Amino acid sequence: MNLTLYVWRQKGPKDAGRLVRYEAKDITPDMSFLEMLDVVNEGLVRNSDDPIAFDHDCREGICGMCALVINGIPQGPQKKTTICQLHMRHFKNGDTIYVEPLRARAFPVIRDLVVDRGSLDRIIQSGGYISTHTGGVPDGNAILVPKNDADKAMDAAECIGCGACVAACPNGSAMLFTAAKVTQLATLPQGRTEAARRVCVMTEEMLSQGFGNCGNHYECQAACPKGIKVQFIAKLNREFIKAKLT
Amino acid sequence: MLPTSSVGRKLVMAATGQLMVLFIILHVLGNATIYFGLLNAYAAHLHALPPLVWSFRLGLIILFSFHIFYGIALTLENNAAKPQSYVMRNDLSATFAGRNMVWTGAVIGSFLIYHLLHFTVQVTNPALAAAKHMDTLGRPDVVRMVIKSFQDLGIASVYLLSMTALWLHLSHGIQSSFQTWGLNSEQSLPIIKRAGAFAAIVLFLAYIAVPVLIAMKIVR
Ligand code: HEM
Ligand code: SF4
Ligand code: FES
Repeated sequence: MNLTLYVWRQKGPKDAGRLVRYEAKDITPDMSFLEMLDVVNEGLVRNSDDPIAFDHDCREGICGMCALVINGIPQGPQKKTTICQLHMRHFKNGDTIYVEPLRARAFPVIRDLVVDRGSLDRIIQSGGYISTHTGGVPDGNAILVPKNDADKAMDAAECIGCGACVAACPNGSAMLFTAAKVTQLATLPQGRTEAARRVCVMTEEMLSQGFGNCGNHYECQAACPKGIKVQFIAKLNREFIKAKLT
Repeated sequence: MLPTSSVGRKLVMAATGQLMVLFIILHVLGNATIYFGLLNAYAAHLHALPPLVWSFRLGLIILFSFHIFYGIALTLENNAAKPQSYVMRNDLSATFAGRNMVWTGAVIGSFLIYHLLHFTVQVTNPALAAAKHMDTLGRPDVVRMVIKSFQDLGIASVYLLSMTALWLHLSHGIQSSFQTWGLNSEQSLPIIKRAGAFAAIVLFLAYIAVPVLIAMKIVR
Protein backbone atom coordinates (compact mmCIF):
# COMPACT_ATOMS: atom_id res chain seq x y z
CA MET A 1 0.00 0.00 0.00
CA ASN A 2 1.01 3.62 -0.57
CA LEU A 3 0.42 6.36 1.98
CA THR A 4 0.93 10.08 2.29
CA LEU A 5 2.46 11.13 5.59
CA TYR A 6 2.65 14.55 7.18
CA VAL A 7 5.33 14.17 9.83
CA TRP A 8 6.37 16.77 12.42
CA ARG A 9 10.04 17.63 11.84
CA GLN A 10 11.87 19.72 14.39
CA LYS A 11 15.67 19.93 14.52
CA GLY A 12 15.86 20.58 18.25
CA PRO A 13 14.10 22.07 21.28
CA LYS A 14 14.58 25.64 19.97
CA ASP A 15 13.52 24.99 16.38
CA ALA A 16 9.94 26.03 15.52
CA GLY A 17 9.19 22.76 13.73
CA ARG A 18 6.86 22.05 10.82
CA LEU A 19 4.94 19.27 9.13
CA VAL A 20 6.76 17.72 6.18
CA ARG A 21 5.09 15.60 3.55
CA TYR A 22 6.47 12.14 2.73
CA GLU A 23 5.24 9.38 0.44
CA ALA A 24 5.42 5.95 2.07
CA LYS A 25 5.55 3.46 -0.82
CA ASP A 26 5.25 -0.33 -0.91
CA ILE A 27 4.12 -0.70 2.69
CA THR A 28 2.76 -4.14 3.55
CA PRO A 29 -0.30 -4.45 5.82
CA ASP A 30 1.65 -6.70 8.20
CA MET A 31 4.16 -4.01 9.10
CA SER A 32 3.75 -2.20 12.38
CA PHE A 33 3.50 1.58 12.28
CA LEU A 34 7.11 1.84 13.48
CA GLU A 35 8.29 -0.57 10.77
CA MET A 36 6.52 1.64 8.25
CA LEU A 37 8.48 4.62 9.63
CA ASP A 38 11.66 2.49 9.42
CA VAL A 39 10.99 1.98 5.70
CA VAL A 40 10.45 5.72 5.18
CA ASN A 41 13.68 6.41 7.08
CA GLU A 42 15.66 3.98 4.93
CA GLY A 43 14.52 5.98 1.92
CA LEU A 44 15.56 9.24 3.60
CA VAL A 45 18.98 7.86 4.53
CA ARG A 46 19.50 6.63 0.96
CA ASN A 47 18.94 10.22 -0.18
CA SER A 48 21.31 11.47 2.53
CA ASP A 49 18.40 13.16 4.31
CA ASP A 50 17.98 13.17 8.09
CA PRO A 51 15.85 10.23 9.18
CA ILE A 52 12.72 10.94 11.25
CA ALA A 53 13.59 10.63 14.94
CA PHE A 54 11.08 8.64 17.01
CA ASP A 55 11.26 6.85 20.35
CA HIS A 56 10.89 3.10 20.71
CA ASP A 57 12.34 0.28 22.73
CA CYS A 58 10.53 -3.01 23.33
CA ARG A 59 8.31 -2.93 20.24
CA GLU A 60 6.02 -5.31 22.06
CA GLY A 61 3.68 -2.91 23.82
CA ILE A 62 5.15 -2.99 27.31
CA CYS A 63 7.66 -0.15 27.68
CA GLY A 64 5.63 2.87 26.61
CA MET A 65 8.46 4.55 24.70
CA CYS A 66 6.84 4.59 21.27
CA ALA A 67 3.92 6.91 22.07
CA LEU A 68 3.27 9.48 19.34
CA VAL A 69 0.17 11.07 17.88
CA ILE A 70 -1.51 9.74 14.74
CA ASN A 71 -4.26 11.88 13.19
CA GLY A 72 -4.69 13.69 16.51
CA ILE A 73 -4.94 10.53 18.62
CA PRO A 74 -2.10 9.74 21.05
CA GLN A 75 -1.13 6.06 20.69
CA GLY A 76 -3.06 5.97 17.44
CA PRO A 77 -6.57 5.05 16.34
CA GLN A 78 -6.52 1.42 17.51
CA LYS A 79 -8.03 1.18 21.01
CA LYS A 80 -5.83 -0.15 23.83
CA THR A 81 -2.89 -0.52 21.45
CA THR A 82 0.55 1.08 21.51
CA ILE A 83 2.02 2.51 18.31
CA CYS A 84 4.49 -0.40 18.02
CA GLN A 85 1.59 -2.85 18.12
CA LEU A 86 -0.52 -0.91 15.63
CA HIS A 87 -0.40 -2.61 12.25
CA MET A 88 -0.72 -1.00 8.87
CA ARG A 89 -3.71 -3.19 8.01
CA HIS A 90 -5.77 -0.72 10.03
CA PHE A 91 -5.07 1.87 7.33
CA LYS A 92 -6.23 1.94 3.73
CA ASN A 93 -4.14 2.31 0.61
CA GLY A 94 -3.98 6.02 -0.27
CA ASP A 95 -4.64 7.23 3.31
CA THR A 96 -3.16 10.52 4.49
CA ILE A 97 -1.70 10.23 7.98
CA TYR A 98 -0.63 13.05 10.29
CA VAL A 99 2.15 12.12 12.72
CA GLU A 100 2.89 14.56 15.53
CA PRO A 101 4.77 14.35 18.83
CA LEU A 102 3.01 14.12 22.21
CA ARG A 103 2.17 17.70 23.09
CA ALA A 104 2.27 19.26 26.57
CA ARG A 105 4.38 21.92 28.22
CA ALA A 106 5.80 19.20 30.49
CA PHE A 107 6.92 17.19 27.42
CA PRO A 108 9.38 19.43 25.54
CA VAL A 109 10.26 18.19 22.06
CA ILE A 110 13.85 16.96 21.81
CA ARG A 111 13.77 16.23 18.10
CA ASP A 112 11.01 15.42 15.58
CA LEU A 113 8.70 12.96 17.35
CA VAL A 114 10.90 12.47 20.42
CA VAL A 115 9.80 14.28 23.59
CA ASP A 116 11.31 14.41 27.06
CA ARG A 117 8.98 12.59 29.45
CA GLY A 118 11.29 12.92 32.47
CA SER A 119 8.55 14.96 34.16
CA LEU A 120 6.58 11.72 34.66
CA ASP A 121 9.59 10.11 36.35
CA ARG A 122 9.81 13.09 38.69
CA ILE A 123 6.17 12.63 39.72
CA ILE A 124 7.00 9.01 40.61
CA GLN A 125 10.17 10.09 42.43
CA SER A 126 8.14 12.48 44.57
CA GLY A 127 6.01 9.75 46.15
CA GLY A 128 5.27 6.82 43.86
CA TYR A 129 7.00 4.28 46.07
CA ILE A 130 6.78 2.63 49.49
CA SER A 131 9.58 3.08 51.98
CA THR A 132 9.35 -0.06 54.10
CA HIS A 133 12.47 -2.19 54.41
CA THR A 134 11.53 -5.39 52.69
CA GLY A 135 14.49 -7.47 53.88
CA GLY A 136 14.78 -10.96 52.44
CA VAL A 137 12.17 -12.66 50.30
CA PRO A 138 9.00 -12.54 52.41
CA ASP A 139 6.52 -15.37 52.67
CA GLY A 140 4.04 -14.81 49.86
CA ASN A 141 1.14 -15.35 52.24
CA ALA A 142 2.47 -13.30 55.16
CA ILE A 143 0.32 -10.33 54.23
CA LEU A 144 -3.10 -11.31 53.00
CA VAL A 145 -4.55 -9.16 50.23
CA PRO A 146 -8.22 -9.57 49.29
CA LYS A 147 -8.59 -10.73 45.71
CA ASN A 148 -10.59 -7.65 44.67
CA ASP A 149 -7.91 -5.33 46.02
CA ALA A 150 -5.16 -7.30 44.34
CA ASP A 151 -7.01 -7.16 41.03
CA LYS A 152 -7.61 -3.42 41.33
CA ALA A 153 -3.97 -2.75 42.18
CA MET A 154 -2.85 -4.88 39.25
CA ASP A 155 -5.21 -3.03 36.86
CA ALA A 156 -3.70 0.25 38.03
CA ALA A 157 -0.18 -1.15 37.78
CA GLU A 158 -0.72 -1.77 34.07
CA CYS A 159 0.25 1.83 33.32
CA ILE A 160 3.41 1.85 31.23
CA GLY A 161 4.11 5.55 31.68
CA CYS A 162 3.82 6.33 27.99
CA GLY A 163 2.30 9.80 28.48
CA ALA A 164 -0.51 9.36 25.94
CA CYS A 165 -2.97 10.48 28.62
CA VAL A 166 -1.09 13.77 29.04
CA ALA A 167 -0.90 14.29 25.29
CA ALA A 168 -4.62 13.60 24.90
CA CYS A 169 -5.67 15.89 27.74
CA PRO A 170 -6.79 19.38 26.62
CA ASN A 171 -5.22 20.63 29.88
CA GLY A 172 -1.96 18.70 29.58
CA SER A 173 -2.75 17.08 32.92
CA ALA A 174 -1.05 13.93 34.19
CA MET A 175 -3.91 12.94 36.45
CA LEU A 176 -4.53 9.51 34.89
CA PHE A 177 -0.87 8.56 35.18
CA THR A 178 -0.64 9.90 38.75
CA ALA A 179 -3.97 8.32 39.73
CA ALA A 180 -2.85 4.92 38.45
CA LYS A 181 0.19 4.93 40.75
CA VAL A 182 -1.75 6.41 43.70
CA THR A 183 -4.44 3.74 43.32
CA GLN A 184 -2.01 0.88 42.85
CA LEU A 185 -0.15 1.69 46.07
CA ALA A 186 -3.11 2.88 48.17
CA THR A 187 -5.03 -0.32 47.45
CA LEU A 188 -2.32 -2.63 48.84
CA PRO A 189 -1.55 -2.90 52.57
CA GLN A 190 2.14 -2.19 51.97
CA GLY A 191 1.33 1.15 50.34
CA ARG A 192 -1.52 2.16 52.61
CA THR A 193 0.61 3.68 55.41
CA GLU A 194 2.01 6.42 53.18
CA ALA A 195 -1.16 6.92 51.12
CA ALA A 196 -2.08 10.33 52.55
CA ARG A 197 1.35 11.88 52.05
CA ARG A 198 1.72 10.26 48.65
CA VAL A 199 -1.45 11.64 47.08
CA CYS A 200 -0.60 15.15 48.26
CA VAL A 201 3.04 15.25 47.13
CA MET A 202 2.43 13.50 43.81
CA THR A 203 -0.35 15.88 42.76
CA GLU A 204 1.77 18.80 43.99
CA GLU A 205 4.73 17.58 41.94
CA MET A 206 2.43 17.20 38.94
CA LEU A 207 1.72 20.95 39.03
CA SER A 208 5.38 21.84 39.67
CA GLN A 209 6.37 19.86 36.60
CA GLY A 210 4.12 22.06 34.47
CA PHE A 211 1.17 19.70 33.97
CA GLY A 212 -2.36 21.12 34.11
CA ASN A 213 -5.36 20.24 36.28
CA CYS A 214 -7.91 17.57 35.47
CA GLY A 215 -10.99 18.94 33.68
CA ASN A 216 -12.87 15.62 33.72
CA HIS A 217 -12.94 15.44 29.92
CA TYR A 218 -11.88 11.76 29.99
CA GLU A 219 -9.75 12.07 26.84
CA CYS A 220 -6.97 10.29 28.76
CA GLN A 221 -8.98 7.12 29.21
CA ALA A 222 -9.94 7.11 25.54
CA ALA A 223 -6.28 7.32 24.49
CA CYS A 224 -4.67 5.05 27.10
CA PRO A 225 -3.19 1.92 25.48
CA LYS A 226 -3.55 -0.01 28.74
CA GLY A 227 -7.18 0.72 29.53
CA ILE A 228 -6.41 2.73 32.69
CA LYS A 229 -9.79 4.01 33.87
CA VAL A 230 -10.81 7.49 35.02
CA GLN A 231 -12.29 5.80 38.10
CA PHE A 232 -8.71 5.81 39.35
CA ILE A 233 -8.83 9.61 39.19
CA ALA A 234 -12.04 9.51 41.25
CA LYS A 235 -10.15 7.24 43.66
CA LEU A 236 -7.25 9.72 43.77
CA ASN A 237 -9.73 12.49 44.59
CA ARG A 238 -11.20 10.39 47.42
CA GLU A 239 -7.70 9.67 48.72
CA PHE A 240 -7.00 13.40 48.66
CA ILE A 241 -10.17 14.22 50.62
CA LYS A 242 -9.31 11.46 53.11
CA ALA A 243 -5.79 12.83 53.47
CA LYS A 244 -7.11 16.31 54.24
CA LEU A 245 -9.70 15.07 56.72
CA THR A 246 -7.31 12.95 58.76
CA MET B 1 -6.20 28.36 54.49
CA LEU B 2 -7.26 28.80 50.86
CA PRO B 3 -6.47 25.71 48.80
CA THR B 4 -3.62 25.96 46.31
CA SER B 5 -3.42 22.27 45.38
CA SER B 6 -4.77 20.87 42.15
CA VAL B 7 -7.46 18.66 43.68
CA GLY B 8 -8.23 21.15 46.48
CA ARG B 9 -9.10 23.88 44.03
CA LYS B 10 -11.13 21.47 41.91
CA LEU B 11 -13.08 20.54 45.04
CA VAL B 12 -13.88 24.23 45.60
CA MET B 13 -15.14 24.40 41.98
CA ALA B 14 -17.26 21.30 42.50
CA ALA B 15 -18.70 22.42 45.86
CA THR B 16 -19.52 25.95 44.74
CA GLY B 17 -20.85 24.65 41.40
CA GLN B 18 -23.15 22.14 43.08
CA LEU B 19 -24.44 24.71 45.58
CA MET B 20 -25.14 27.10 42.71
CA VAL B 21 -27.04 24.31 40.98
CA LEU B 22 -29.17 23.95 44.12
CA PHE B 23 -29.73 27.69 44.05
CA ILE B 24 -30.83 27.76 40.42
CA ILE B 25 -33.26 24.89 41.16
CA LEU B 26 -34.82 26.98 43.95
CA HIS B 27 -34.83 30.03 41.69
CA VAL B 28 -36.65 28.28 38.85
CA LEU B 29 -39.26 26.98 41.30
CA GLY B 30 -39.74 30.59 42.38
CA ASN B 31 -40.15 31.62 38.74
CA ALA B 32 -42.92 29.05 38.34
CA THR B 33 -45.14 31.05 40.71
CA ILE B 34 -45.87 33.31 37.72
CA TYR B 35 -48.01 30.56 36.12
CA PHE B 36 -50.23 30.49 39.20
CA GLY B 37 -50.56 34.25 39.56
CA LEU B 38 -48.50 34.12 42.73
CA LEU B 39 -45.31 35.88 41.62
CA ASN B 40 -46.12 39.23 43.22
CA ALA B 41 -47.03 37.52 46.49
CA TYR B 42 -43.85 35.40 46.38
CA ALA B 43 -41.69 38.46 45.73
CA ALA B 44 -43.40 40.41 48.50
CA HIS B 45 -42.88 37.54 50.97
CA LEU B 46 -39.18 37.29 50.11
CA HIS B 47 -38.61 40.97 50.60
CA ALA B 48 -40.57 41.04 53.84
CA LEU B 49 -37.59 39.22 55.36
CA PRO B 50 -34.52 41.38 54.65
CA PRO B 51 -32.14 39.40 56.93
CA LEU B 52 -33.04 36.21 55.05
CA VAL B 53 -32.69 37.84 51.64
CA TRP B 54 -29.40 39.43 52.55
CA SER B 55 -27.82 36.36 54.09
CA PHE B 56 -28.85 34.42 50.98
CA ARG B 57 -27.33 37.09 48.76
CA LEU B 58 -24.13 37.14 50.78
CA GLY B 59 -23.86 33.35 50.49
CA LEU B 60 -24.35 33.54 46.73
CA ILE B 61 -21.78 36.31 46.34
CA ILE B 62 -19.25 34.14 48.18
CA LEU B 63 -20.09 31.08 46.06
CA PHE B 64 -19.81 33.02 42.81
CA SER B 65 -16.59 34.76 43.82
CA PHE B 66 -14.80 31.52 44.68
CA HIS B 67 -16.14 29.75 41.61
CA ILE B 68 -15.11 32.54 39.25
CA PHE B 69 -11.72 33.11 40.90
CA TYR B 70 -10.65 29.46 40.83
CA GLY B 71 -12.34 28.84 37.49
CA ILE B 72 -10.21 31.51 35.85
CA ALA B 73 -7.05 30.50 37.75
CA LEU B 74 -7.40 26.84 36.77
CA THR B 75 -8.18 27.67 33.15
CA LEU B 76 -5.11 29.91 32.83
CA GLU B 77 -2.94 27.16 34.31
CA ASN B 78 -4.47 24.52 32.09
CA ASN B 79 -4.01 26.58 28.95
CA ALA B 80 -0.39 27.24 29.88
CA ALA B 81 0.14 23.48 30.33
CA LYS B 82 -0.93 22.90 26.72
CA PRO B 83 0.81 25.67 24.79
CA GLN B 84 0.66 23.91 21.43
CA SER B 85 -2.29 21.98 20.07
CA TYR B 86 -2.23 19.43 17.27
CA VAL B 87 -2.36 20.40 13.62
CA MET B 88 -4.83 17.53 13.28
CA ARG B 89 -6.92 17.62 16.46
CA ASN B 90 -9.21 14.71 17.16
CA ASP B 91 -11.34 14.63 20.31
CA LEU B 92 -12.43 11.17 21.40
CA SER B 93 -14.31 12.18 24.51
CA ALA B 94 -13.91 15.89 25.24
CA THR B 95 -16.97 17.94 24.28
CA PHE B 96 -17.52 21.47 23.05
CA ALA B 97 -19.22 22.24 26.37
CA GLY B 98 -16.35 20.82 28.41
CA ARG B 99 -13.70 22.65 26.44
CA ASN B 100 -15.47 26.00 26.75
CA MET B 101 -16.40 26.09 30.42
CA VAL B 102 -14.66 29.40 31.02
CA TRP B 103 -16.47 31.04 28.07
CA THR B 104 -19.92 29.76 28.94
CA GLY B 105 -19.06 30.78 32.51
CA ALA B 106 -18.17 34.28 31.32
CA VAL B 107 -21.52 34.55 29.50
CA ILE B 108 -23.34 33.44 32.65
CA GLY B 109 -21.35 35.92 34.76
CA SER B 110 -22.09 38.84 32.44
CA PHE B 111 -25.72 37.81 32.23
CA LEU B 112 -25.88 37.73 36.01
CA ILE B 113 -24.84 41.38 36.21
CA TYR B 114 -27.37 42.37 33.55
CA HIS B 115 -30.08 40.27 35.19
CA LEU B 116 -29.51 41.95 38.57
CA LEU B 117 -29.58 45.41 36.99
CA HIS B 118 -32.72 44.44 35.08
CA PHE B 119 -34.91 42.77 37.71
CA THR B 120 -33.31 43.49 41.08
CA VAL B 121 -31.92 47.04 40.86
CA GLN B 122 -34.38 47.74 38.00
CA VAL B 123 -32.32 50.37 36.23
CA THR B 124 -32.06 49.00 32.67
CA ASN B 125 -35.72 49.68 31.86
CA PRO B 126 -36.84 52.30 34.40
CA ALA B 127 -40.27 52.60 32.79
CA LEU B 128 -41.01 48.98 33.71
CA ALA B 129 -39.59 49.03 37.27
CA ALA B 130 -41.83 47.08 39.64
CA ALA B 131 -40.79 49.37 42.48
CA LYS B 132 -42.68 52.19 40.75
CA HIS B 133 -45.84 50.26 39.80
CA MET B 134 -47.92 48.71 42.52
CA ASP B 135 -50.52 46.05 41.84
CA THR B 136 -54.08 46.32 43.18
CA LEU B 137 -52.93 44.99 46.57
CA GLY B 138 -50.23 47.66 46.79
CA ARG B 139 -47.34 45.24 46.17
CA PRO B 140 -44.58 45.96 43.62
CA ASP B 141 -45.96 44.64 40.33
CA VAL B 142 -43.25 42.14 39.38
CA VAL B 143 -45.54 40.34 36.95
CA ARG B 144 -46.07 43.49 34.90
CA MET B 145 -42.30 44.13 34.83
CA VAL B 146 -41.53 40.56 33.73
CA ILE B 147 -44.23 40.40 31.07
CA LYS B 148 -43.50 43.82 29.58
CA SER B 149 -39.78 43.00 29.55
CA PHE B 150 -40.08 39.74 27.67
CA GLN B 151 -42.52 41.20 25.15
CA ASP B 152 -39.37 42.98 24.01
CA LEU B 153 -37.79 40.33 21.77
CA GLY B 154 -34.33 41.82 22.31
CA ILE B 155 -34.53 41.23 26.06
CA ALA B 156 -36.08 37.79 25.57
CA SER B 157 -33.20 36.80 23.25
CA VAL B 158 -30.58 37.89 25.76
CA TYR B 159 -32.19 35.57 28.31
CA LEU B 160 -32.48 32.76 25.78
CA LEU B 161 -28.81 32.99 24.75
CA SER B 162 -27.62 33.23 28.34
CA MET B 163 -29.62 30.18 29.35
CA THR B 164 -28.06 28.31 26.42
CA ALA B 165 -24.67 29.08 27.96
CA LEU B 166 -25.94 27.80 31.32
CA TRP B 167 -27.14 24.63 29.62
CA LEU B 168 -23.73 24.00 28.05
CA HIS B 169 -21.94 24.82 31.31
CA LEU B 170 -24.04 22.37 33.30
CA SER B 171 -24.07 19.66 30.64
CA HIS B 172 -20.36 19.22 31.41
CA GLY B 173 -20.32 20.62 34.93
CA ILE B 174 -22.80 18.37 36.71
CA GLN B 175 -21.15 15.06 35.82
CA SER B 176 -17.74 16.66 36.31
CA SER B 177 -18.54 17.71 39.87
CA PHE B 178 -19.38 14.11 40.83
CA GLN B 179 -16.08 12.88 39.42
CA THR B 180 -14.24 15.61 41.35
CA TRP B 181 -15.78 14.38 44.61
CA GLY B 182 -14.90 10.84 43.62
CA LEU B 183 -18.60 9.98 43.75
CA ASN B 184 -18.92 7.45 40.95
CA SER B 185 -17.86 4.05 39.70
CA GLU B 186 -17.29 2.43 36.35
CA GLN B 187 -20.97 1.44 36.28
CA SER B 188 -22.40 4.74 37.48
CA LEU B 189 -20.26 7.22 35.51
CA PRO B 190 -22.11 6.72 32.20
CA ILE B 191 -25.43 7.07 34.05
CA ILE B 192 -24.26 10.21 35.89
CA LYS B 193 -23.06 11.67 32.59
CA ARG B 194 -26.45 11.15 30.99
CA ALA B 195 -28.38 12.28 34.07
CA GLY B 196 -26.24 15.44 34.28
CA ALA B 197 -26.84 16.27 30.63
CA PHE B 198 -30.55 15.59 31.11
CA ALA B 199 -30.78 17.78 34.22
CA ALA B 200 -29.02 20.56 32.29
CA ILE B 201 -31.67 20.37 29.53
CA VAL B 202 -34.53 20.29 32.03
CA LEU B 203 -33.15 23.39 33.79
CA PHE B 204 -32.63 25.11 30.43
CA LEU B 205 -36.22 24.44 29.34
CA ALA B 206 -37.62 25.44 32.73
CA TYR B 207 -35.72 28.72 32.59
CA ILE B 208 -36.51 29.70 29.02
CA ALA B 209 -40.19 28.79 29.45
CA VAL B 210 -41.07 32.16 31.03
CA PRO B 211 -39.42 34.45 28.44
CA VAL B 212 -40.41 32.22 25.50
CA LEU B 213 -44.04 31.82 26.56
CA ILE B 214 -44.30 35.57 27.13
CA ALA B 215 -42.55 36.49 23.86
CA MET B 216 -44.94 34.13 22.06
CA LYS B 217 -47.83 35.88 23.87
CA ILE B 218 -48.99 32.59 25.42
CA VAL B 219 -48.46 33.95 28.92
CA ARG B 220 -49.68 37.54 29.05
C1 HEM C 1 -20.49 33.15 36.95
C2 HEM C 1 -19.65 32.77 36.06
C3 HEM C 1 -19.06 31.39 36.00
C4 HEM C 1 -17.80 31.11 35.60
C5 HEM C 1 -16.74 32.13 35.13
C6 HEM C 1 -17.61 29.68 35.67
C7 HEM C 1 -16.46 29.01 35.30
C8 HEM C 1 -16.26 27.66 35.42
C9 HEM C 1 -15.10 26.96 34.96
C10 HEM C 1 -13.90 27.59 34.25
C11 HEM C 1 -15.26 25.64 35.28
C12 HEM C 1 -14.29 24.51 34.97
C13 HEM C 1 -13.30 24.37 36.07
C14 HEM C 1 -12.28 23.30 35.76
O1 HEM C 1 -12.55 22.14 36.02
O2 HEM C 1 -11.22 23.61 35.24
C15 HEM C 1 -16.53 25.51 35.93
C16 HEM C 1 -17.04 24.33 36.43
C17 HEM C 1 -18.32 24.19 36.95
N1 HEM C 1 -19.28 25.18 37.04
FE1 HEM C 1 -19.02 27.13 36.61
N2 HEM C 1 -18.76 29.10 36.13
C18 HEM C 1 -19.69 30.11 36.34
C19 HEM C 1 -20.99 29.95 36.78
C20 HEM C 1 -21.57 28.74 37.15
C21 HEM C 1 -22.93 28.59 37.60
C22 HEM C 1 -23.97 29.70 37.71
C23 HEM C 1 -23.07 27.26 37.91
C24 HEM C 1 -24.27 26.50 38.44
C25 HEM C 1 -25.47 26.89 38.37
C26 HEM C 1 -21.83 26.59 37.65
C27 HEM C 1 -21.60 25.27 37.84
C28 HEM C 1 -20.41 24.61 37.59
C29 HEM C 1 -20.16 23.22 37.88
C30 HEM C 1 -21.13 22.21 38.50
C31 HEM C 1 -18.83 22.96 37.49
C32 HEM C 1 -18.09 21.64 37.56
C33 HEM C 1 -17.13 21.59 38.74
C34 HEM C 1 -16.18 20.43 38.62
O3 HEM C 1 -15.57 20.24 37.58
O4 HEM C 1 -16.03 19.70 39.60
N3 HEM C 1 -20.92 27.52 37.18
N4 HEM C 1 -17.14 26.75 36.00
S1 SF4 D 1 -2.29 6.02 32.17
FE1 SF4 D 1 -2.29 4.99 30.15
S2 SF4 D 1 -1.86 6.67 28.71
FE2 SF4 D 1 -1.26 7.41 30.73
S3 SF4 D 1 0.92 6.94 30.92
FE3 SF4 D 1 -0.19 5.19 31.82
S4 SF4 D 1 -0.43 3.73 30.11
FE4 SF4 D 1 0.14 5.69 29.17
S1 FES E 1 8.11 0.36 21.86
FE1 FES E 1 7.68 -0.39 23.90
S2 FES E 1 5.54 -0.05 24.03
FE2 FES E 1 5.94 0.47 21.98
